[in-house]
Amino acid sequence: MNFWIPLLFNAVLTGAPLMFGTLGEILTEKSGNMNLGVEGMMYMGGAFGLGAAYYYEKIAGESANAIAGLLIAVFFAFLAGAIGALIFSFLTISLRANQNVTGLALSIFGTGVGQFAGEFMRVREGGYIAVGAQMKAIFQNSPFPAVLLNIPVIGKLIFGYNIFVYLGVIIAVIMSYLFNKTRVGLNLRSVGESPATADAAGISVTRYRYLATVIGGGISAVGGMIYIMTIAGCVWNHEGLSGEGWLAVALVIFCLWRPLNAIWGSAMFGALMILYLRLSIPFIPNQIYKILPYLVTVIVLIITSLRNKKEDQPPAALGLPYFREER
Amino acid sequence: MNKTPLFHLSMRNEITKQYAWMVRICSFLFAILLGAVIFICLGNNPLEAYGIILSGSLGKASGIRQTVKYAVPLLGTALALAPCFRMRYWNIGAEGQITAGAMAATFFALNCKTMPQLPLLLVMAVAAAIFGGIWAAIPALFKAKWGTNETLFTLMMNYIIIGVVKWLQGGPWEGKPGSQIIPNFVDNAILPKVGGVYCGWIVVLVLVVLMFIYMNYSKHGYEIAVIGNSVNTARYVGMNVGRIFVRTAFLSGAICGVVGYMVASGAHMTLYSDVAAGVGFTAITVAWLAQLNPFVMVIISVLMGILEKGASSLQTKLAIPASISDIIVGIFLFSMLAGEFFIRFKISFRGNKKEAAA
Repeated sequence: MNFWIPLLFNAVLTGAPLMFGTLGEILTEKSGNMNLGVEGMMYMGGAFGLGAAYYYEKIAGESANAIAGLLIAVFFAFLAGAIGALIFSFLTISLRANQNVTGLALSIFGTGVGQFAGEFMRVREGGYIAVGAQMKAIFQNSPFPAVLLNIPVIGKLIFGYNIFVYLGVIIAVIMSYLFNKTRVGLNLRSVGESPATADAAGISVTRYRYLATVIGGGISAVGGMIYIMTIAGCVWNHEGLSGEGWLAVALVIFCLWRPLNAIWGSAMFGALMILYLRLSIPFIPNQIYKILPYLVTVIVLIITSLRNKKEDQPPAALGLPYFREER
Repeated sequence: MNKTPLFHLSMRNEITKQYAWMVRICSFLFAILLGAVIFICLGNNPLEAYGIILSGSLGKASGIRQTVKYAVPLLGTALALAPCFRMRYWNIGAEGQITAGAMAATFFALNCKTMPQLPLLLVMAVAAAIFGGIWAAIPALFKAKWGTNETLFTLMMNYIIIGVVKWLQGGPWEGKPGSQIIPNFVDNAILPKVGGVYCGWIVVLVLVVLMFIYMNYSKHGYEIAVIGNSVNTARYVGMNVGRIFVRTAFLSGAICGVVGYMVASGAHMTLYSDVAAGVGFTAITVAWLAQLNPFVMVIISVLMGILEKGASSLQTKLAIPASISDIIVGIFLFSMLAGEFFIRFKISFRGNKKEAAA
């Protein structure tokens, strides 16, 4: 038990940024938009979330309220990602640019903006950006009272995470409900599967794609903020953040585009990312552990295409622009 | 109430070259303008900033050399991707194929130290091409057999090979124990310099012409174009689509592999996991913006080289973080992508109905 419980606990924490990145991208891809700019949006979210919390604390001074700081950080991270996704949406939906190319351009742009903002703040504020202990605590500690945390074994495992883990689970459940039980979700899925059919049925393809992509981008970007504020310890760390976005894209495939799978999928990817710290198997070097998430994703991708089951496939119109007059 | 929408989109039937280039130049100027706004927001004089970018990248011989050094792998990779994209096969794995090629070349550089220079360099090139090609052909094989999504598959392949190189770097190929660095190549394994830059620039320029011929005047090029327009047509006329997928992907990966070899051997003289440094992704945008025309790719990749080198001069002269280059490149890409819309589509406003009807 001394091995498994800490592993599971840390896996969930490590996976939390991925969970957000993935949930956002699932929402985006369900509309038929493949936004490969997740990496860029997570960078933007990370830099702007940290910046917002830092400057809020600096301006508010003594009267800084940690909860308000948290909300502000989430808001600005979301906003940064949403703006990135809005650029993507405008180019691909309205101007029908190629989604792969635009997504990669957003990745380049977003990592640039994030890194630039991070460095710019660091230089301007004299080398070190860090928020106060009280603020840090609200980002990193469990929101539950100590009574619950002290329940043996399961206390920490169920109630011990930071607030974002619970928020992510809630978002996943809401998204799953939305996709499967509501008209809006059905419409969204039809836009992603066959935009021409959806259009003929009177559903606004443009509106659904815009909304799904922009909100999805915002959620992904919050993931970047979570990485910076929890795992990186509230300092700008672009080394650590690099690759998270691509891992999130991988996780979307692994989850077969189902939000509920993202909950355990992110914990599993998190476990694969930290496994090398806790378990050394002879003959398998550390670096090889780190490619496991990608290997697993490739295997899932291959198996789903082999089995060719309808419900496991990517949205049929994924990556294709829609122009009503083109047949 | 007027129910006619404000404007109406239609595809342009014929696009004159003049018009297309005019639009592209306009989008380029627009990007420069947007960049200027950013410099103003940062409190810098945009004219001064652009001046530094130009003088830093093209002003001195050393600057030009750096610019060329940035542009060479970008151009080589964009060329490699062109046939894949013409076929509408989304090879997003250039980053990994570059790394794979560099890795294969490094294997021979480290293990055949006593070989004379020319054979060693050739062996390295062939190994890089084969391994890069195989790395690209794996996803293509699955695509051909089972229709596995190649965009996602090639993307994942990048991180797998980069992880392997990270392992080699800290493990079997490590130089000094604990250094996490692969030792520098012996002199025989280093590409000679021509005009102050490793000879890769000659290779890619030759490749520009070859790729132009391959895409436009060869049977393979024709097959690729047919598949790109309609897979069903290609099947109907009896082309073995799966084989062409694999063949083209292999070619693409092989060229990427050679690019990786040139970067490792010519520019870095060693291998490290970040050998591709994002080139694989940027090259995708270069290829696309050039409309897969090899000669236009030369212009765009040089432009990217200028931005990249210019940004590092900005950092030294104006203390603007060098990541500004990514922002400017991003803006440049966005606005060129937006420009393509005005080339492909025509907007008819509500007012001039005559034109819309015609």
